[in-house]
Amino acid sequence: MTVTEVGSARRRKEDARLITGRTTWTENVTLPGMLHLAILRSPMAHARISSIDVSPALATKGVVEAFSGRDVADVQGALPCAWPVTEDMVLPDRPPIAVDEVKFMGEAVAVVAARSRAAALDALAAIEVDYEPLPAVLDMEAALADGADLVHADKGTNRGYTWVFDSGEAGTGGDAAAALDDAEVVIRRRYVQQRLIPAFMEPRSVVVDPTGDVYSIWSATQIPHILRFLLAAVTGTPEHKVRVIAPDVGGGFGGKLQVTPEELIAFVAAKRLGRPVKYTESRSESLVSAHHGRDVIQDVELAARRDGTVTGLRVKLMANMGAYMGLVGPGVPILGAFMYNAIYKFPAYRFECSGVFTNTTITDAYRGAGRPEATYAIERLMDELATELGLDPMEVRRRNWIKADEFPFTTVCGLQYDSGDYDKATDKAMELFGYDELRKEQEARRAEGDTVHLGIGISTYTEMCGLAPSRVLGALRYGAGGWETASVRMLPTGKVEVVTGTSPHGQGHETAWSQIVADQLGVPFEDVEVLHGDTRTSYKGLDTYGSRSLAVGGIALYNACQKVLDKAKPIAAHMLECDPADLEFAEGRFRVRGNPDGGRTLADCALAVFAAHDLPDGIEPTLDADAVYDPVNFSFPHGTHLCATEVDTETGRVSIRKYVAVDDIGRVINPLIVEGQVHGGIAQGIAQALFEEAVYDEDGNLMTGTLVDYTLPTAADLPSFVTDRTESPAPDHPLGTKGVGEAGTIASTPAVVNAIVDALRPMGVNDIAMPCTPERVWRAVQGGAA
Amino acid sequence: MTRVSMKVDGVEYEDDVEPRTLLVHHLRESLGKVGTVVGCDTSNCGACTVLMTDPEGRKQGIKSCSVLAVQADGREITTIEGLAGPDRTLHPVQRAFHEAHGLQCGFCTPGMIMAAVDLLTENPDPTEAEIREGLEGNLCRCTGYQNIVRAVREASAEIRSAGGDAEPAPPSPRAGEAQTPDSGLPRQDVPDETIPQPVP
Repeated sequence: MTVTEVGSARRRKEDARLITGRTTWTENVTLPGMLHLAILRSPMAHARISSIDVSPALATKGVVEAFSGRDVADVQGALPCAWPVTEDMVLPDRPPIAVDEVKFMGEAVAVVAARSRAAALDALAAIEVDYEPLPAVLDMEAALADGADLVHADKGTNRGYTWVFDSGEAGTGGDAAAALDDAEVVIRRRYVQQRLIPAFMEPRSVVVDPTGDVYSIWSATQIPHILRFLLAAVTGTPEHKVRVIAPDVGGGFGGKLQVTPEELIAFVAAKRLGRPVKYTESRSESLVSAHHGRDVIQDVELAARRDGTVTGLRVKLMANMGAYMGLVGPGVPILGAFMYNAIYKFPAYRFECSGVFTNTTITDAYRGAGRPEATYAIERLMDELATELGLDPMEVRRRNWIKADEFPFTTVCGLQYDSGDYDKATDKAMELFGYDELRKEQEARRAEGDTVHLGIGISTYTEMCGLAPSRVLGALRYGAGGWETASVRMLPTGKVEVVTGTSPHGQGHETAWSQIVADQLGVPFEDVEVLHGDTRTSYKGLDTYGSRSLAVGGIALYNACQKVLDKAKPIAAHMLECDPADLEFAEGRFRVRGNPDGGRTLADCALAVFAAHDLPDGIEPTLDADAVYDPVNFSFPHGTHLCATEVDTETGRVSIRKYVAVDDIGRVINPLIVEGQVHGGIAQGIAQALFEEAVYDEDGNLMTGTLVDYTLPTAADLPSFVTDRTESPAPDHPLGTKGVGEAGTIASTPAVVNAIVDALRPMGVNDIAMPCTPERVWRAVQGGAA
Repeated sequence: MTRVSMKVDGVEYEDDVEPRTLLVHHLRESLGKVGTVVGCDTSNCGACTVLMTDPEGRKQGIKSCSVLAVQADGREITTIEGLAGPDRTLHPVQRAFHEAHGLQCGFCTPGMIMAAVDLLTENPDPTEAEIREGLEGNLCRCTGYQNIVRAVREASAEIRSAGGDAEPAPPSPRAGEAQTPDSGLPRQDVPDETIPQPVP
C-alpha cells in the first residue's frame, strides 16, 4: 500500500489548543463548591512530631477543614512501591501525611481546605507543630557504616536492598573478578551522579470530585491507569468507583511517574468533605517534594589488554533512595545494570547495587532512569582507557563495539540487542562534526599555548527502552506487565476514533498515532481523533515512560488497524458480490484484484455495519477492534554524539562550540517530533553535565528549593545542535520503530564531560565532578597544574 | 477590597480585588483567562508572560506573577487567548511555533509566545544570539529551545516580508475563533533542508 503519512513531518494536532491558550491543565479544572487545599510541610529533615494542633487553622477565615496525619492515620493508606527488587527489600510504610515522624524536608504534616487558595495558605501559618529533632542521615557511605543513625529506626538498617548481577554466575559471560586479576590494564574510578530534579514546567496538580457516582480524579500525571489501579488498591476503594483523568499534562520526564502523597491527600480530603477539592503545588513545593532523580555513587573497574580490548567490568553502586521507596525508585539502578556494557563486547561483568535510605526527598525515575548513569560511567571509562593506552578514544571504542553483521547480539547481561550499525552512525557523526579537523585545531592551539582549550567529547551509546516484555519485568520482580493497548472505532461517517493506553504529556501521540492510522486505514489524517488519558474512555493501559509509547503502544495500534481491515473485508466483499479472497485494500478502498475501478471504501463498510440491514450471515455488525501488544524484546536505539567545548582555563567557563548527534531509532513516524525529542533530551543531559544539582546542607535542608537556585538552562545557555539519523529498523514488529524519548539525555552527559576533561588533559586533569561549573573547572585547572 | 478596571483581550472588566492579588491570579481566577499559567513562584519561568500597556499606552511584555492586579488598573492587557485576530487568523508568532515545532508539552508556550511577540516588537530582526538572550526569562524544559529560536526567526521573516510589525492587532473577543474543535490548523510540510531525512 502507498505510505504517505508515516515518515512525514506532520505539524502537530495538539498545537492548536496549546498555542491559543485553550488547554485543559488540571489547575484549570474548577467545579461547583470546590475547596482549595494547602499542605503544611516539614521544615526539618528528621524529627519526631511531639505535638500538632490544627484547631487554630480551623478558626481562620474561609477555612472549612484542617487535619493532620494523626487525624487520618487509619484512612489515608500508604504510598505504593511497585518494584521490590529483591525478596528481602526493606519497604518502610510511607504515609501520605506524616503521623509521628518526619523523614525529609518537605514531607506533608497537615492539610487545610478552604474556600480560596489564599485562605488555605494563610491558615497554614496558624497550625502549631512541635518537632523534636532527630539526627539527619544524609551521606550514603556514613549511612551504611556500623552504628549509623537510622532513617527508619524500626528497620535496623539504612540498606534497603543489595541487588547483584554476575555474568559468571548467570552463565552469560565470564568472571569479572578473574578478568580484573589477570588484566594488563585496570582503570578504577569513582563517578558521582549528582541529584537532579525533573522540573517539569507544569507543577503537579490534582482535583478530586466525590460528588458523582464515581470518584473523578484529575491529575497532572504520566500514569492515569496505574494511578487508578494503585489508588484503589491502597485506599480499599473499589476500582470501578475510581475514574482518573490526565488531561493536558505539562511535561513529566519521569517526574510524574509516581503515585504521590498529594494525590492521596486530595482523595482523603474529598472523601472526608464530600466536596470537590483541588491542590496545586507551588514551584518551591514541587522542587522539595516531587521525586528527585539520579544521586548514585559509582565505583567502576575496567579490565583491558594493552591493545585496548576490554576483558571485564565490575560496577559497585550506592543509590540514594531518599527517605522511602518510590513507585519504581528501587528499580531505577537495576534498569541501568544491563547497560554498563553498553555497545561493547565485554566478556565478563559484575554489577552490585545497594539502595540506601537517607533523610532526603525520594528519588525515582528521571529521563533515562538508570541508563544515563550507566552510559556516563562506561563512556568516561573508555576515554580513560584510551588515555592510559595512548590511543584515540574513538579507536578504543571501535575495537570493542559490536559490528553490524553481529546482530542480533546477545550481551554479557543476556540481553539480545535487536539491530544497529555503530560504525555507520559514528562515521556520519564524525563527518558532520569535522572530527579530524577539530583534533588538528586542538593540537595547534595547545602548541600555541592558547588559554582557552578546545576539548572533544565522544559518547557512543545504546539503551534499552520500549518497556517492556512482561515476562522480563516479572523476572525482575516488577509489579506490572509491559503490554500496551489500542482500540480503533469506526464511526458511521467514516471518521475514526482511536483510544490509546499511552498517556502523552508533550510527545505528540495525537499526531503520530493519526499518521499510523491514516496509512493503515487509508483515511485522511484529519479524520482521526486520538483519545487518551481518561480511564473512562481508555480503561486499560500502562501509560507513558521508558520510551515505550510508540515502540509498544504504536504496535498495538497497528495491530488494531489490521483487525479493523479483517472485519471490513467480508463486508466489502458482500457489497461487491465477490469472494473476500479476491479483494485487495489500498488507499482506503477495497477493490477486486486487477480492477482499479469501483470498490468500496472503509467508510462504506462503516456505514453498512451501522445500518446493518444487509450484512453477510453471522457477521457481527461492527468494525471496531482492540489490540493488546506485549513486546517480545526491548528496543535498542543507539547513536554517536560528539561535543566540542571551549574551556577557558583562566575563568573556568565552558561553552559548547559544536554538538552533533546521529541517532538510530529505527524507522521514524514523524521526523519533526523525533527531532524535538532529541533536542530536548540533549538539553537535559547537558544540564546535568553543566548546570543542575539538588544540594542539601548538613542538616538536610534543600538549598536548591527555587528556580533561582536550581538552575535550569535558559535559551542563552544552550547552543543549537546538529542532528541526523541512521536507520536500523526494529526487527520484531511491523513498524520497525524504536524509542527516542530518552536517547538524547542518555547520550549527551558523557559527551560534554568527556569534552571538558579532554580539553584539560594536558594540565593533568582526568575528572571533574558534575555539574562542571566554572568554579569546579577552575579549581580542577589549578589542582591539575599544581 | 480595591476596585480595578482593565481591558483584557478586548473586553472591559471591573472587579473588586484584594490588594495582594497578583495579576496572574486575577486573570485566571476572576476573569477565567486560564490560558495564562503559573510555573513558578520566583518569577524565573516566564510562563505567565502577557502584554500590558505602560502609562504611555505602549504594549510591553510583563510577567503577570510580578504585577499586582491593582497595578494593572486602567491598563490594557493581551493574553495568549487574545493574540489571534478575528476570522481565524493566528498571530505570525503562533503560526511559527506550530510550523517550527517550537513546543512540546506546551505549558511554557503561552508565556514563550508572548515574550517572543514582545521581543519582535522591540527588535524586528533579531539574530539567533539576540533571540536566545531575549528569551532568557522564559524557561522551557521540553524543546532545548532550538525550535523556539527557529520559530522566532521564521516569525520575524514573515512579519518583515509582510511589511508589518509584531505588535498584535487590537485584541478582539473573537480571537477564540482561531481555534474551534473542527477548525484544524494549516497543513504544510517541512521543507527538506530543515529536517534531517532518514537514510534510505
